[in-house]
Amino acid sequence: MIIGLEHYLTVAGVLFTLGILGIFLNRKNVIVILMCVELMLLAVNINLVAFSVYQGNVTGQVFAMLVLTVAAAEAAIGLAILVVYFRNRGTVEVEDINAMKG
Amino acid sequence: MDLAIKLIVLLPLLAAAIAGLFCRVIGDRPAQIVTCAALLIAAALSILVFVNIGFGHEKMFVVPISSWISSGTFDVSWSLRVDTLTAVMLIVVTGVSSMVHVYSVGYMAEDPSIPRFMSYLSLFTFFMLMLVTSDNLVQLFFGWEGVGLASYLLIGFWYDRPSANAAAIKAFIVNRVGDFGFALGIFAVWVLSGSIGFNDVFAKAPQMAAGHFMFLGKEVPALETACLLLFVGAMGKSAQLGLHTWLPDAMEGPTPVSALIHAATMVTAGVFMVCRLSPLFEMAPIASSVVTLIGAATAFFAATIGLTQFDIKRVVAYSTCSQLGYMFFAAGVGAYSAAMFHLMTHAFFKALLFLGSGSVIHCLHHEQDMRLMGGVKEKAPQTFILMWIGTLALAGIGVPFIMGHGVGFAGFHSKDAILEAAYGAQSTVGMIAYWLGVIGAFMTTFYSTRLMFMTFYGAYRGDHHTWDHAHESPPVMLIPLYVLAAGALLSGVVAYGWFVGEGWEHFWGTSIAVKATEHIIHAMHEVDVWVKLLPLVAAVGGIALSYYYYVVNPEMPAKTIRAFKPLHTLFYNKWYFDELYDAVFVQPALAIGRVFWKKGDGATIDGLGPDGIAARANDLAGVLSRFQSGYLYHYAFVMLIGVAALVSYFMLFVR
Amino acid sequence: MLLQAIAFYVFAAVCVASGAMVVVSRNPVYSVLFLILAFFNAAALFILIGAEFIAMILVIVYVGAVAVLFLFVVMMLDINMARLKEGFLDYLPIGAMIGAALLAEILFGLGVLGGTHQGTVSAFTKAGTQMLTIDNTRAIGRVLYTQYFYVFQVAGVVLLVAMIGAIVLTLRRRPGVRRQRVSDQLYRPTGESVTLVKVPTRGGVS
Repeated sequence: MIIGLEHYLTVAGVLFTLGILGIFLNRKNVIVILMCVELMLLAVNINLVAFSVYQGNVTGQVFAMLVLTVAAAEAAIGLAILVVYFRNRGTVEVEDINAMKG
Repeated sequence: MDLAIKLIVLLPLLAAAIAGLFCRVIGDRPAQIVTCAALLIAAALSILVFVNIGFGHEKMFVVPISSWISSGTFDVSWSLRVDTLTAVMLIVVTGVSSMVHVYSVGYMAEDPSIPRFMSYLSLFTFFMLMLVTSDNLVQLFFGWEGVGLASYLLIGFWYDRPSANAAAIKAFIVNRVGDFGFALGIFAVWVLSGSIGFNDVFAKAPQMAAGHFMFLGKEVPALETACLLLFVGAMGKSAQLGLHTWLPDAMEGPTPVSALIHAATMVTAGVFMVCRLSPLFEMAPIASSVVTLIGAATAFFAATIGLTQFDIKRVVAYSTCSQLGYMFFAAGVGAYSAAMFHLMTHAFFKALLFLGSGSVIHCLHHEQDMRLMGGVKEKAPQTFILMWIGTLALAGIGVPFIMGHGVGFAGFHSKDAILEAAYGAQSTVGMIAYWLGVIGAFMTTFYSTRLMFMTFYGAYRGDHHTWDHAHESPPVMLIPLYVLAAGALLSGVVAYGWFVGEGWEHFWGTSIAVKATEHIIHAMHEVDVWVKLLPLVAAVGGIALSYYYYVVNPEMPAKTIRAFKPLHTLFYNKWYFDELYDAVFVQPALAIGRVFWKKGDGATIDGLGPDGIAARANDLAGVLSRFQSGYLYHYAFVMLIGVAALVSYFMLFVR
Repeated sequence: MLLQAIAFYVFAAVCVASGAMVVVSRNPVYSVLFLILAFFNAAALFILIGAEFIAMILVIVYVGAVAVLFLFVVMMLDINMARLKEGFLDYLPIGAMIGAALLAEILFGLGVLGGTHQGTVSAFTKAGTQMLTIDNTRAIGRVLYTQYFYVFQVAGVVLLVAMIGAIVLTLRRRPGVRRQRVSDQLYRPTGESVTLVKVPTRGGVS
């Protein structure tokens, strides 16, 4: 069968949903949250590239590259924050981050 | 004459206002002087009015004051109606009230709230005067309610006593029950005749008598029902059988109050009302029979209780209740003038008896139990003589047949007139009334002289410290007693002719249903000799028996009580009326009130209202505060749910 | 064609599965490794579709840099082997429900699932665009340095800022560590560095 655009879009959708679920289903540590953000960005990338190829317009791929850039930068900063947080708190457990409790 | 009647009615109100509102400014003595002066002037003016109306040509005049309610066809105005009936009541009310005012200056001399007392007395007098000078039923009701209010204020005058407060509430509530019937009666009169002014209503009386209305599927005569309802009001105010429970407890008030309100004026308002509405009652024979029966029953019933009581004021109170019964059954058989005659004489000698008892109580330093009295005649001789005058007047002692219709104390003339009228009516209820009245007369004399013997004769049975300090009352208290004694002695002889003797139609004019009662007055004079003599025999017998029981053979009372123990217990406990009413009305009312309070007000209204809303707000806040968990992933989750919901909404419902 | 389809399904399945395992696995190192696997499979998908430049960039940047960074941090932080908390299973039903709803909406919106957007996909597909005359890299290069030049520069600035930010956040000075302060060294005046001292015979320098 012909692999059409919708197949790729489905894959991207599923990955995106998995990423979202991962954010609040995880109770282990914060790094998994950051990894789920990376998953979501990956799904967006797949979407962009698929559309760009099936439309014959290369703009989508350029944009996917930019998304890649931003994802890398954000991962770096996020991990830096995490390291500092770990230094201060001594733990990266999700359940202990409840200082906003009102 | 217009000015006179306006002054009579308004001077007491003015005095009450001055004494009541400015008591702190003017002080005790000026308050007393203002009120006594106002009442004495009113009394003098009342004599003027009485002479003018009773013996003059103009038998009735109306002085309009102002308009009160004007709503559609319902027109009520403040106006003062003066006819013979009014004039008689004016004499009674202002005369007794002025004497009570003067007496109170002495009796209440050590009380801390003298101006309040004098103000309340004058206020009461004003309301009573409004009642007797009213030209329509609504103004009469205004005065009716007003005297009830003044009675409440005065019974509960010593408000730091819980028993006084309870008695005041009881009086007001029992009166209220009567007033409810009275109000329904007024409504009925309005519906039947389209008016509540006396002239209009009396003119329409024959047509009203023919009316009927449907009640529970039965056709009921309308005027009878209206008159019965009006009589219920009279029962409440005049302490007739059924609504009498408040009168003995009303003795919690000071003795001048008992003399004024519960002997001479307020309780006679019922009799006055029945006589004023005599044209209606004449058209309602069933209602009149009921009036007669209840009056006779009360006369008998109250006398039985009076036999057993030990509180000096309660004996006189039950005596009042009994005498009111006499007045009612006279009115019931149609002898309205005889009822009014007895009303007037009774006012004098009953007030005399109350004030004299007050003098004894004052002398023995507020002792009221007759078992702790005795031999007081040595310490208070003037009071002793005056009390005997009152007692003989109440007993109805006199010499018959000389100088026309006999000569005697006041009660002799008036009470015998009533009994003769009852016999002369020649009806079943009249006969019942006559025999109950004769037995009642016997019992009345017995307990009245019992009071005299226990209080004034024999050895003193109380505390010796009190005996050493006992003294006669001051002149300010004795002079009113003398005035009242003059009334008790002379009013019978003098006024017999005016009220029920020859020339009575001219005296009364149109104030009572003259034409209709003509035959009863005529029949009254035609009865047999034994009928006229029997009450006197009963009275003398009562004195003799009482003398035997309390002076000659003092063990007889105890032996008789033992012999008739159940009967004595029944009489002593007031035929258990209070207990009956408590069980049937008071406790259920309290229970219902409690249910409404706890369940209705507390659980339902408060629960759904303030308390409930506050509790729910608390719960809601508790629930909502769990949203602020502090966990980011909770927040993210909630955001996600929100986004999903929003997108679903747009996808499904918005095209 | 059939090979293409099989390849697609294999790569897609592995990608999705490893994405799920990222979330589920207990060991954070395993999570990172599964993430790497997901990236690889995504790159394979890109190659299938003809965007090989993006695929390689994905491998180099994501796997080579970002995932390794993750691994560094996971190793550095002393993370316990996670006890699988009960909370996970509590929220799973409702989470799965919400997730399914979200997935359905996404697919519906994209026209994959049905409804009024059905025609989206076909509308977005231009016929005959599968084959390109130039290769992917060249095509991107043609556009990136001309049309999207500013965007390109800004991306560079973003990376610079991220780098500085990361350093600033995590830099800490330990007390008691001696470092060279080169500027002080260079600006030390002569007078302070050398002192002439007359030393007597047999006496030390005090």
